[in-house]
Amino acid sequence: MTTTDTVSHVPVQPRDKTMGMPRHHMLIFACLFVFMLVAPFLLYPIFLMKVMCFALFAAAFNLLLGFGGLLSFGHAAYFGSASYISAHAAKVWGLTPELAILCGTGTALVLGIVIGSLAIRRQGIYFAMVTLAFAQMVYFFSLQAEFTGGEDGIQAVPRGELFGLLNIQPDRVLYYFVLAITFGGVLAIYRIIHSPFGQVLKAIRENEPRSISLGYHVNRYKLAVFVISATFAGLAGATKALVFQLASLTDVYWTMSGEVVLMTLLGGMGTVFGPLLGAGIIVAMQNYFASFGAWVTVMQGVIFVLGVLLFREGIVGVIAQRIKKPL
Amino acid sequence: MVRQFAFATSALAVLAAVPALAQDAIDVKIGVLNDRSGIYSDISGEGSVIAARMAVEDFGAEEKGLNVEILSADHQNKPDVASTVTQQWIDEEGVNAIADVPTSSAALAINEIIRNEDAVFLNSGAATTELTGGACSPHTVHWTYDTYALAHGTGGAMVREGGDSWFFITADYAFGHQLENDTTAVIEEAGGEVVGSVRHPFPGSDFSSFLLQAQASGAKVIGLANAGGDTVNAITQASEFGITQAGQALAGLLMFVNDVHALSLETAQGLVLTESFYWDLNDDTRAWSERYMEEAGDMPSMVQAGVYGSVLHYLKAVEQVGSTNADEVVAAMKEMPTDDPLFGQGEVRADGRKMHDMYLFQVKTPEESEGDWDYYNLLATIPAEEAFRPLDEGGCSLVEEAAAGGAEEPAAEEEAEGEEAN
Amino acid sequence: MFELLGIPPQALFGQLLLGLINGAFYAMLSLGLAVIFGLLNIINFTHGAQYMMGAFVTWMLLNYFGIEYWYALVLAPLIVGATGIVIERLMISRLYHLDHLYGLLLTFGLALIIQGLFRNEYGISGMSYRPPELLAGGHNLGFMYLPNSRLWVIIASVVVCFGTWFVIEKTKLGAYLRAATENPTLVGAFGINVPRMITLTYGFGVALAAFAGVLAAPIYSVNPNMGESLIIVVFAVVVIGGMGSILGAIITGFGLGLVEGLTRVFYPEGSAVVIFVIMAIVLLIKPAGLFGRAA
Repeated sequence: MTTTDTVSHVPVQPRDKTMGMPRHHMLIFACLFVFMLVAPFLLYPIFLMKVMCFALFAAAFNLLLGFGGLLSFGHAAYFGSASYISAHAAKVWGLTPELAILCGTGTALVLGIVIGSLAIRRQGIYFAMVTLAFAQMVYFFSLQAEFTGGEDGIQAVPRGELFGLLNIQPDRVLYYFVLAITFGGVLAIYRIIHSPFGQVLKAIRENEPRSISLGYHVNRYKLAVFVISATFAGLAGATKALVFQLASLTDVYWTMSGEVVLMTLLGGMGTVFGPLLGAGIIVAMQNYFASFGAWVTVMQGVIFVLGVLLFREGIVGVIAQRIKKPL
Repeated sequence: MVRQFAFATSALAVLAAVPALAQDAIDVKIGVLNDRSGIYSDISGEGSVIAARMAVEDFGAEEKGLNVEILSADHQNKPDVASTVTQQWIDEEGVNAIADVPTSSAALAINEIIRNEDAVFLNSGAATTELTGGACSPHTVHWTYDTYALAHGTGGAMVREGGDSWFFITADYAFGHQLENDTTAVIEEAGGEVVGSVRHPFPGSDFSSFLLQAQASGAKVIGLANAGGDTVNAITQASEFGITQAGQALAGLLMFVNDVHALSLETAQGLVLTESFYWDLNDDTRAWSERYMEEAGDMPSMVQAGVYGSVLHYLKAVEQVGSTNADEVVAAMKEMPTDDPLFGQGEVRADGRKMHDMYLFQVKTPEESEGDWDYYNLLATIPAEEAFRPLDEGGCSLVEEAAAGGAEEPAAEEEAEGEEAN
Repeated sequence: MFELLGIPPQALFGQLLLGLINGAFYAMLSLGLAVIFGLLNIINFTHGAQYMMGAFVTWMLLNYFGIEYWYALVLAPLIVGATGIVIERLMISRLYHLDHLYGLLLTFGLALIIQGLFRNEYGISGMSYRPPELLAGGHNLGFMYLPNSRLWVIIASVVVCFGTWFVIEKTKLGAYLRAATENPTLVGAFGINVPRMITLTYGFGVALAAFAGVLAAPIYSVNPNMGESLIIVVFAVVVIGGMGSILGAIITGFGLGLVEGLTRVFYPEGSAVVIFVIMAIVLLIKPAGLFGRAA
């Protein structure tokens, strides 16, 4: 997205680096980690796990939108299909949880390659519409395929035993497994953003013709970031299936694609921590305002409109501008 | 969670021993979980909460030493939302029973949670027979209706009335397929035939093409194996294309009185459908429904009536047991005969199925109708044993356990088989 | 009897006619999107919600004010178009200097708000709209019974679509519009109030959606979600047709309606995805769409 006002324009060349990471990023990650370690004793663990799954999902999406400049309106396809496959693998094939998640994530990867290679033929708004249309095809497939259980979804998915050894049925045990996945995923995305690959992506986002003239195979980079983003979205979806012991149509429906855009926009696209915060806020809103019914939809719409009109930088983006440091 | 569960049961075991000594009030929390904003909000929604409150009132909970509190939430027809809310209600609020829960996917999700918790699931709104079949749980009671009953009611009765050739318009997903298959079995058993079927995308808005195919098939009955907005749309368009006027009958396999209300009689007239409750059945249902209408503004659907019936029966069982221990309460619910003004006398079977008659209705013409909500003519009453799936065909593991435990069950099974042979 | 691919030709004829009627809705909606996109460079995600509003306003006019269908045919597009103008002035106009994607996000948010509000007020089961006397009956064409309301959809949409095409391609006003699409600054220099033209164009595009909604009211049940499922199909139609020409939007709309109609006969399970499959094929062969100019 070639906006002139996103925060990522603040040069990412801070001098105070520890192990390749700016010190304040390190500090925030550490605080987050410590907080998440004790959180299940303060808050409801299933709610926290839901937040983490969506945080990873939003971070994956942000990699594509905030750093690749590509707005996908069909990310539910990867999230949802991975969740179906991982649920199926755990329940029907009887795989251990880590293998089930791997199967789901792999599915998202393959799907990302197929859809991505078609979608990157178009740009901007067309790209968004094309991804939306493909996601809709995945939705129809999920609705009709036998193994997805149609409207019922795949229920009673066993959480199983990690590596065949550790029983992760209890919520708190599973919690730390999910925490490890989420943190690993978010850190991996962080690494990708700050790698040479990530720098080329930013160059393409800012000025595509120029990047081409510099000799970069722009389409290869776009496809790569698309596939990586789809894969991590899949990882989030596959994990969610084990948390809720359920894979359902909600996860592949296009409103899910809209929600992840909302999370990223609210938290701040193109920031590292924005999507995590955005996911936390939206999930909390859905959780605690559930009894308001359709008003939740209206509230989400209002946040969208206000976000676009008033603070396009998102919450974390605004903070980053205040403290003049990229977050 | 395991430890919490163990703790909870032991605490309850202590509690269960107490009532004989002290006449302290028993706290009962019932969570009404249903659709409050979506496609099933008219048939369940706030109306079910009102019905649950009426049950508490009519039971006279306070005089009987029960301190009942009713919670409610919206599950948006999503199984993930439903399971989160249920888990949270049980873990953090100490809810003893979950009531209503339309949408099969959400109901099955809750069914799985409840199985391992000390809570009871009083389902009224969902249609799936799995709840009392392969997925049956010792803590679940399925009250109002299921796909088997709908298929048998509408399918069997219509063939007997002469509608012996069918064409299905089926929503292309698990629920639609199940409804079509169940009904096909019934039609063929009754001597009718299915001349064709077409699967429409879900959700669909334009049914004209499928209706035309149904018309061309020359079938006497067009069965709509879909639900909610799809059914309403299909019926509206059938009337537009003059399908019923041309002599074909429409059968809605899952329809509620509220759908007819939304469609208006002009469009819906002549439609045949199966329900387990209608406000205008007898003096008792009329009296209750008038009271309900004063509060809710609409007449009750069978789902809302089912919430009333199931909560009432649950409270009776709690009173008898003297605690909210799920195992004991459900056992008592299955032991005691049911009796309420809406569904009459009946029983809860070993697999959790509540047995009562079902009714085959035909929607009145505008001329026949004598006022608001006067919508149905009763075509036939389907006895409970015929309406619901025989106990031994569901594949519910509880049935064998019950048979091993008691001598009465085999007799009941034989009886059911006898009915089936007829 | 002579049969075509196992289907009697009469039945096939009927199905093609029905496909054409559905195509009429696609054509009107994608036309509105194309007009708006042409001048504003915004994909109007609210389009589906505005189509739904058209149907609802028609319903409200009859049930609250007793205003008949024929008046609603004019009034509803005007009313909904006016709300569109307000939206353009208050919100969309602030985004023109930004990436087009923000327009997509804004209109997506607006669609959520509108649908949520209607869902709160009217529930979701939908309401039926009684067609006026003239549209109530139907004609027996020999191969099928064609309800007047459907016949009317074809007539009305063809008139509106080609009327729009004529205005934009053949009149002076249209020439200004096309010029402003190419170079707004230059057109402004000729003393034409370009911002006002943009506002009115948005209003017109929205009114087209609402008009489609009015036509839909007597046929489908009027419910808050009626636009939600349709809009995504229309997006695919737009991608297939390409945004290059007004005529392209119209022809693609009708054409895909026919294709979908045929699918419903031969492979009904695939009728929901056939348009998306075609979209994928078109993207492979002709990324700019059938009628689109290369980007």
